[in-house]
Amino acid sequence: MSSNKLRILVPIKRVLDYQLKPRINKTNDGIITTGVKFSINPFCDIAVEEAVRIREKNADLVDTVHAVSIGPLKSQDILRSSMAKGIDSSTLIETSEKDRELEPLIIAKILKKIVEKNNSNLIILGKQSIDDDSNQTGQMLAGLLNWPQATNAAKVELNPSDNSINITREIDGGEDIVNAKLPLIITTDLRLNEPRFATLPNIMKAKKKPLEKLKVGELGINLENKLKILKIEEPVQKQPGIKVSSVDELIEKLQEKKLL
Amino acid sequence: MFSRACQRLLLPRYLVQNSSKVLLSSKKALPVYTKNFTKFSNYRFYSSKGDVKLTSEVYPSLKRFEHFKRLTSDDIVHFKQVLDNDDNLVLTADLDFFNEDHLRKYKGQSSLVLKPKTTEQVSKILKYCNENSLPVVPQSGNTGLVGGSNPVFDEIVLSLANLNKIRSFDNVSGILKADAGVILENADAFLAENGFIFPLDLGAKGSCFIGGNVATNAGGLRLLRYGSLHGSVLGLEVVLPDGTVLNSLNSLRKDNTGFDLKQLFIGSEGTLGIITGVSVLCPTRPKAVNVAFLGVESYEAVQKAFTESKNYLSEILSAFEFMDLNSQKLSKEFLKQKSHPLDEEHPFYILIETSGSNKDHDDVKLESFLEYAMENEIVSDGVVAQDETQLKTLWNWRESVSEASTIYGGVYKYDVSIPIQDLYRLVEDVKVRLSDFNLIGETEEFPVKDAIGYGHIGDGNLHLNVAVRRYSKEVESCLEPFVYEWIKKHNGSISAEHGLGFQKKNYIGYSKSDIEINLMKQLKKLYDPKLILNPYKYINFDK
Repeated sequence: MSSNKLRILVPIKRVLDYQLKPRINKTNDGIITTGVKFSINPFCDIAVEEAVRIREKNADLVDTVHAVSIGPLKSQDILRSSMAKGIDSSTLIETSEKDRELEPLIIAKILKKIVEKNNSNLIILGKQSIDDDSNQTGQMLAGLLNWPQATNAAKVELNPSDNSINITREIDGGEDIVNAKLPLIITTDLRLNEPRFATLPNIMKAKKKPLEKLKVGELGINLENKLKILKIEEPVQKQPGIKVSSVDELIEKLQEKKLL
Repeated sequence: MFSRACQRLLLPRYLVQNSSKVLLSSKKALPVYTKNFTKFSNYRFYSSKGDVKLTSEVYPSLKRFEHFKRLTSDDIVHFKQVLDNDDNLVLTADLDFFNEDHLRKYKGQSSLVLKPKTTEQVSKILKYCNENSLPVVPQSGNTGLVGGSNPVFDEIVLSLANLNKIRSFDNVSGILKADAGVILENADAFLAENGFIFPLDLGAKGSCFIGGNVATNAGGLRLLRYGSLHGSVLGLEVVLPDGTVLNSLNSLRKDNTGFDLKQLFIGSEGTLGIITGVSVLCPTRPKAVNVAFLGVESYEAVQKAFTESKNYLSEILSAFEFMDLNSQKLSKEFLKQKSHPLDEEHPFYILIETSGSNKDHDDVKLESFLEYAMENEIVSDGVVAQDETQLKTLWNWRESVSEASTIYGGVYKYDVSIPIQDLYRLVEDVKVRLSDFNLIGETEEFPVKDAIGYGHIGDGNLHLNVAVRRYSKEVESCLEPFVYEWIKKHNGSISAEHGLGFQKKNYIGYSKSDIEINLMKQLKKLYDPKLILNPYKYINFDK
């Protein structure tokens, strides 16, 4: 076992396409998912791109690059697409269409199993998904595995000399550069890279790459969510402002609203 | 169809790509048009050499019709009254936006712009103008490409911008009734909310109005799938030159009771009447849209790909566009992108779009077409959009070509219909001719930067753009009538979709017979005996 080489795992999620406006369902506890386009979560796309780039720049340091997705059968589309970009192989952990979406903690527990199964030592995943915006999975996974984590990565550089990685993180004040040895979890932020297009020849080749399918119930993990969504509602519409025609009118209106 | 609910890809604002000073003027902010931040709004893309020359100076042989009255202050008082004495509706200063076309090739000398809010006001204005022999130029989004919506002399500009309400929509039949001044993109966004789509799409969608689209019978990117406006427009509300309001907005899919008068106005370019309301039959919005962007090695391969795509994709094919290599080079410069979707350069590129009701079925069809095309070496390389963002990006490489052609200073545009086999040869022949005349080159001394070809090959429609550093008579006389004669020889149309406007009014003879032209003149004189509506355009009545 080449334990010094990178065995990269890229968890990816299928979400409502970023460009579409989500619509709330009739029972106010979720969004409408029928008849709308689903695509790879943008941050996950960035993770795929980063993993592929690491392999392209350091071919001799990377053993395998594997993607995994937990979701309905249709998630295989994003796995195929990722393999067309350079991922070697992938796993689909199929959930039932009727299942309520699994919480980050459960996802993290499932991923832990996959990490152990594949003996991965570098996990690159999106910092959050655009449907629930939780920003928790990567961190929880690090906790469960007791691995270091570098979140909101804007730049990733390998240090082969001491088997460590430098990660530049986005923080409120600017940037935070951390260094960690493997095994390691990195979550991606927007500035990290710009995902490529999947080209036709590679799309054809990707059809032959391995895509294993497992059922989520077979993993021996308790899938009960600890959180219950009570209600989803649209944010309050911003009311239009009014135009005033003079400074005097402005003062008058401000006084009316008791703002002056 | 990509969602309109989100902001369009915001393109960076452009600085002129040449040695002269950067001219980005925010002085010319346009209050009404900033609602839709689009490629054409807010900033004007400036020709490198400062101000636009007056059309009347560039074409000195053109004479103002003598029977037209000159505007007096009494006339302005009258118009103010008609328009409720609202100063926002009667403009007499800062009229460059209305006087200039957006290619900055033509400039009029109007001193009055009227912006009525209702059809009745339009009617009153025209009635008065007709009685007083005052010429009027109807203006929609001012995105036309043949100078058809700008004054030549002192014609009054009548802008439709304030007639911008959607009147009604029936979501069983899909019939939309709206004011002429509704922006195309807004109409489509409204329809998107209801699960329908506007049967027309084109690059200027964020600025053009549907009234102007109908008046010019705009073709656009999806004519291949949804047909022409002659088919999808069910009714019109038109104000005739004498002020009569012709209302045929009854929205019936089938109505064989008499001459189909609306067909006269569709494509009449504002010379027979002013369209104030439109009734359009809208198709249901496709649930699944795919875009593939392909690289091919020859024009023959483009044609082969087109034939095969019709075989494999048939009813789901919704757009088939082609571009040559140099058009993509210009786009790359214009969009300031470091890389193109395809890594290597190819002589030609194709954009294929499919739209259907079932993603899984469409994916299978597209896949089998692409596999066939790759295996049989019709296509060398390509990418397929994985999500809406990539879809927009790929379309942008095609849609940006038009504006990219202007980045060196200006462009001569030729929008022509030619039998598909001969289509690209026009571009090659024009390049040779420009070279023979020593007008084309990489350095500043040459007025022409490049001649590129792209367009709706599915419709047999080529856009030949001659990208120039400056407009000049030399270049114009080299290109015209050469291009038009070439077209005539190949039995094509000198204006597939852009129309005649000002630029091509003298060339209609290359595509229409004298008999046809005479009948058109008869109709024009019948509806507009004083020739007040959009004079000096479309058909030549110059003495």
